[in-house]
Amino acid sequence: MVTPHDAGLAVLELKGIGKEFGAIRALHGVDLRVSPGEVVGLMGDNGAGKSTLVKIIAGNFPPSHGEIRFDGKVVHFARPIDARAIGIEVVYQDLALADNLTAAANVFLGRELKRKLGPFALLDHKAMAARALELFGELRSETRPHDLVKQMSGGQRQAVAIARTRLSNAKLVMMDEPTAAISVRQVEQVLSLIHRLKEQGVAVMLISHRMPDVFAVCDRVVVMRRGEKRADKAIGDTSPEEVTSLITGAKEAA
Amino acid sequence: MATPLESPITFTNVGKARWWQSGLFASQTGYVLLALVALFVVMNFTSPYFLTEGNIQNVAKNFSFIAIATLGVTFVIITGGIDLSVGSVMCFSAMITSMVMTQISTPGLPGAGWFVHLAGDGKTVIANVAGLILLVSILAGLGVALIVGLVNGFCIAVLGLSPFVTTLGMLSIVRGLGYVVSNGRGSFPSGPEADYFYTLTSGVVFGLPAPFIYLVVLAVAMAVVLHHTSFGRHVFAVGGNEKAAALTGIAVVRVKIGIYVICALAAGLQGIIICGWLGSAPANMATSYELNVIAAAVIGGANLAGGAGGPLGAIVGCVLLEVIRNGLVLAQVNSYWQQTLVGVIIIAAVLVDRLRSRMA
Repeated sequence: MVTPHDAGLAVLELKGIGKEFGAIRALHGVDLRVSPGEVVGLMGDNGAGKSTLVKIIAGNFPPSHGEIRFDGKVVHFARPIDARAIGIEVVYQDLALADNLTAAANVFLGRELKRKLGPFALLDHKAMAARALELFGELRSETRPHDLVKQMSGGQRQAVAIARTRLSNAKLVMMDEPTAAISVRQVEQVLSLIHRLKEQGVAVMLISHRMPDVFAVCDRVVVMRRGEKRADKAIGDTSPEEVTSLITGAKEAA
Repeated sequence: MATPLESPITFTNVGKARWWQSGLFASQTGYVLLALVALFVVMNFTSPYFLTEGNIQNVAKNFSFIAIATLGVTFVIITGGIDLSVGSVMCFSAMITSMVMTQISTPGLPGAGWFVHLAGDGKTVIANVAGLILLVSILAGLGVALIVGLVNGFCIAVLGLSPFVTTLGMLSIVRGLGYVVSNGRGSFPSGPEADYFYTLTSGVVFGLPAPFIYLVVLAVAMAVVLHHTSFGRHVFAVGGNEKAAALTGIAVVRVKIGIYVICALAAGLQGIIICGWLGSAPANMATSYELNVIAAAVIGGANLAGGAGGPLGAIVGCVLLEVIRNGLVLAQVNSYWQQTLVGVIIIAAVLVDRLRSRMA
């Protein structure tokens, strides 16, 4: 397993990231390092700046201050596609799946495999199903490539959304509240999916409100409050109680 | 990067859907197809004329009147949109085609010199290049449909207007333009190539009406596009979850403009075919056909909420509507009942699908 945090090469490095929306300061002076194979929990109350930070990293909008380094190089994203192109994937809270399509179709949505038939490029259903099954296997998810997403459980949906990030060999996967709306058993499945990503050297940022989940899978927890980073501690050095008081502001910083 | 599997993936907790629980059998299209077969059987016992060759040919011809346009509208409905302007586009394309043909085959009118000349007797009009007049006039008709489709697509996809309102406006605009260019008078295709035109649009090939053959070819093409190209896949994705489609990098704007253009072109082609059949393009042609077309698509299983539909459903819907119309005539039922019955069937078809998905 990769040693987290102080390992030499960070996959993502933020320096002094700040963001203003008009007169509102949403983020201020955020520094953050994420190493390959590291799972970082990003916590904070509503309005603490979590989503703003995620959106900046995902390329939805540029930061007002500071710089983003990815794989050691300074990067600027104009659109989310730019971020995806270099290996940053986001698994959205609403999962961004098309219910009426199959699991395999969703995994390959927007980057379908094709084979040439004369002048036409037709979908290569077989290759896509085979690759999707392989990805579900890697994630240990019992998901059939040909099943429709609308008939799937919450855990399977997560697997489909995560398989999509594996397809592009993303180096950083950000997951926005993946365990918010699913059953206990499915939460287990999702957490094990995160472990699978970690095993394969992918850095994961888990944005979550659920303390037990963060403590179950994360190597490190970052707490945001009022647009600033208030804590950045290894899971072993902190406790749910301390994190709660950091989130609410009972404790200013750690 | 990928770790090898310790054991192949198993599906102990996840059952496989039975053959009758997936695909065509589980779709509204399947039920309606079944209902159609039942209707054929019932009609066969009710009227000895129903299954005669003449009557079946008649039915085939009549449902082809709206089926090509229904294919186009089905594309739009799959993405969760609607196109109310198809009836007007049918009329406008038919008009432009027949007016252009007349214009460029009448010696002395501006532009006609490029296409025709007078024979030695000073009366007979002869085409300069065989087929050119036909080609130019049909392209003109499809050209105006293309423009309507582009405007619809631009307003809906780029400006973000609601499809219902945009195409309702376009229904009126295009119908109005039809009256403006024709001054309210109908026109009919004439000139040295009018006969080719009639052969192409209302001829009979291998005992089948020509439009029926166009319909089959276009339906097969549509099935391939929908299920075996990435464009088709994106059409379904936009209808299933537009936000998701955009997040995965699908060019939603391009897909939407594409389907409104396809829809308008299908309507234009349909109008041109109807014009050949009627032998003229009256200014009130295809009025309110958009309702029949949308009804047929919905009966056949296209979901107005988006995400479902296909060419088979579109055709089945059209056939069902026509068989009912035909059946009521043969059974000597007052033909005013027809519309009422069609309405009942629209609701029943959607209701059955709703009940089924609730039971599943």
